[in-house]
Amino acid sequence: MNIYVCIKQVPDTETKIKLKPDFTWIDTSGIKWVMSPFDEYAVEEALRVKEKNAGSTVIVVSAGPTRVIECIRTALAMGADSGIHIEIPETADNNMTAKALANAMAKKETASVDLVFTGKEAIDDGSAQVSQLLAGFLGLPYVSVVLNVEYGAQSVKCKREIEGGAYEIVETALPAIIATQKGINEPRYATLPNIMKAKKKEIKTYKTSDLGISEGDQKIKFKNFELPPPKQAGKKVSGDPAAQAKELARLLHEEAKVI
Amino acid sequence: MGKILVIAEQRDGKLKKSTFELLGLATQSAPAQSANETYAVLLGDGVSGLTKELEQYGATSIYLIQDASLKFYSAESYTLGVLEAIKQASPDIVLASHSPTGRDFMPKIAASLGVGLASDCTQAQISGVNLKVRRPVYAGKATVEVEFLGQGPRLATIRPNAIGAPKPISAQTAKVIPISIQFTGLNTKVIEIVKGNSARPDVAEAPVVVSGGRSLKSAENFKIIEELADVLGAAVGASRAAVDAGYRAHRDQVGQTGKVVSPVLYIACGISGAIQHLAGMRTSKCIVAINTDPEAPIFQVADYGVIGDLFAVVPLLKEELKKIKEH
Repeated sequence: MNIYVCIKQVPDTETKIKLKPDFTWIDTSGIKWVMSPFDEYAVEEALRVKEKNAGSTVIVVSAGPTRVIECIRTALAMGADSGIHIEIPETADNNMTAKALANAMAKKETASVDLVFTGKEAIDDGSAQVSQLLAGFLGLPYVSVVLNVEYGAQSVKCKREIEGGAYEIVETALPAIIATQKGINEPRYATLPNIMKAKKKEIKTYKTSDLGISEGDQKIKFKNFELPPPKQAGKKVSGDPAAQAKELARLLHEEAKVI
Repeated sequence: MGKILVIAEQRDGKLKKSTFELLGLATQSAPAQSANETYAVLLGDGVSGLTKELEQYGATSIYLIQDASLKFYSAESYTLGVLEAIKQASPDIVLASHSPTGRDFMPKIAASLGVGLASDCTQAQISGVNLKVRRPVYAGKATVEVEFLGQGPRLATIRPNAIGAPKPISAQTAKVIPISIQFTGLNTKVIEIVKGNSARPDVAEAPVVVSGGRSLKSAENFKIIEELADVLGAAVGASRAAVDAGYRAHRDQVGQTGKVVSPVLYIACGISGAIQHLAGMRTSKCIVAINTDPEAPIFQVADYGVIGDLFAVVPLLKEELKKIKEH
């Protein structure tokens, strides 16, 4: 079984975002880059499927500047078998990225696709589009925001999170694309021997031109970046707890008018 | 004059409030000029009764797609239906809610049409055939404008609660256009819906959210958060620390790796305000923080700060708010 995992390298959640002086993108200097947290669940899920299906291979694919190779190495150290790096500018949109990922998987020299995992969204742009776009380009079904998977021979049953604490149980034919949500598993840590082993694992690199990607594949562009306006200092409510509760309730009712 | 298609969303035979927000956006722009043509598409099983409400909120033509297989939402069947409505209406702009449903199928629509999608927009403006949107990135640590490149309809999903709901408008009448589609050969099927065991609203949709942090010290102690939430008809949220400690399920997590929320009122109890939590709630209209540590970063974004012990303040606040509610 050939299991692909698409991962993205993003700024760590504790990053304070700064902008470029011309507001065309964020200032990436000094950023600590990590694997998008939802993608860690995708890698873990792929490894668990591999462990239950002898002879399976896990291939990690990531699109972005050269720095994303680090992120691929992290997944290899968790236990993935090989990696594919697609050189693409960080300003590439979801459509261009998904098409590049799909075309890399569809290349003759890469393994055929039996199952694909992605995180349910990347925590940088938070668009939550790539798994579905990938499904469109590969002509495969998908299930997004998945909390549990029951694997069958020709199909899978996924528990998909929807609103109000409810779930859908979705059955889909294989091959399919599954986008993982936090809670599906507990991602493993890479052990030192596995980190060493990961250094020797193969990472193929493709340029967008190798994958038939052109400028026209970019469908949207982010511009005019802004930071949220700083908030005015709020009111402090003082007194003993009873006085605080009474005053706060009054303020919410009479001043903020939200109750 | 632009042609706008709004994808209506219903669950269990009830339209979502976000659908009215989208219709408001479609109809209220450029009031001085001739009105936009506002189409809606409604999918479901036995939902024809809902067209009246879509009409009241400004839809002038309503595509009605009914089928037993649409009893439950599925990405494949919705994609087929919405693509057919797009084919018939040839809209300039297509709007859906960034809900668990809209965010699931809209990228597939974009892929099928070969056009771009601006997702999770929190500001939107329509003038003629142009759609101008802004959306958060890095969970709201910054925002960006989205420029659409190339030809074809402009697609956007709009965050629920972000743009405000309109009042029902006129006594105008809409044309209802039934579309019949053969939903066969689908690869994906929703077998069942497992309802949540809670009567509380969802944290991502609720107008009021009461959240607790690790200071709650146990899952049981969240009872005092729940009791306050119940007085306000609010959702219960939690910080990542509280979720990772096992006090609360991940679906309640507010922040960059949880839900990004924008309620009218957000009450943070015992939450210090890590940068990734602030990113998830800082656009709330009114923020209350209750925390023992006066240096906690949460106070920098709070409109009202209470330096105190949540175990003392929250139960008293519940009683005070109950009195106001009962008046």
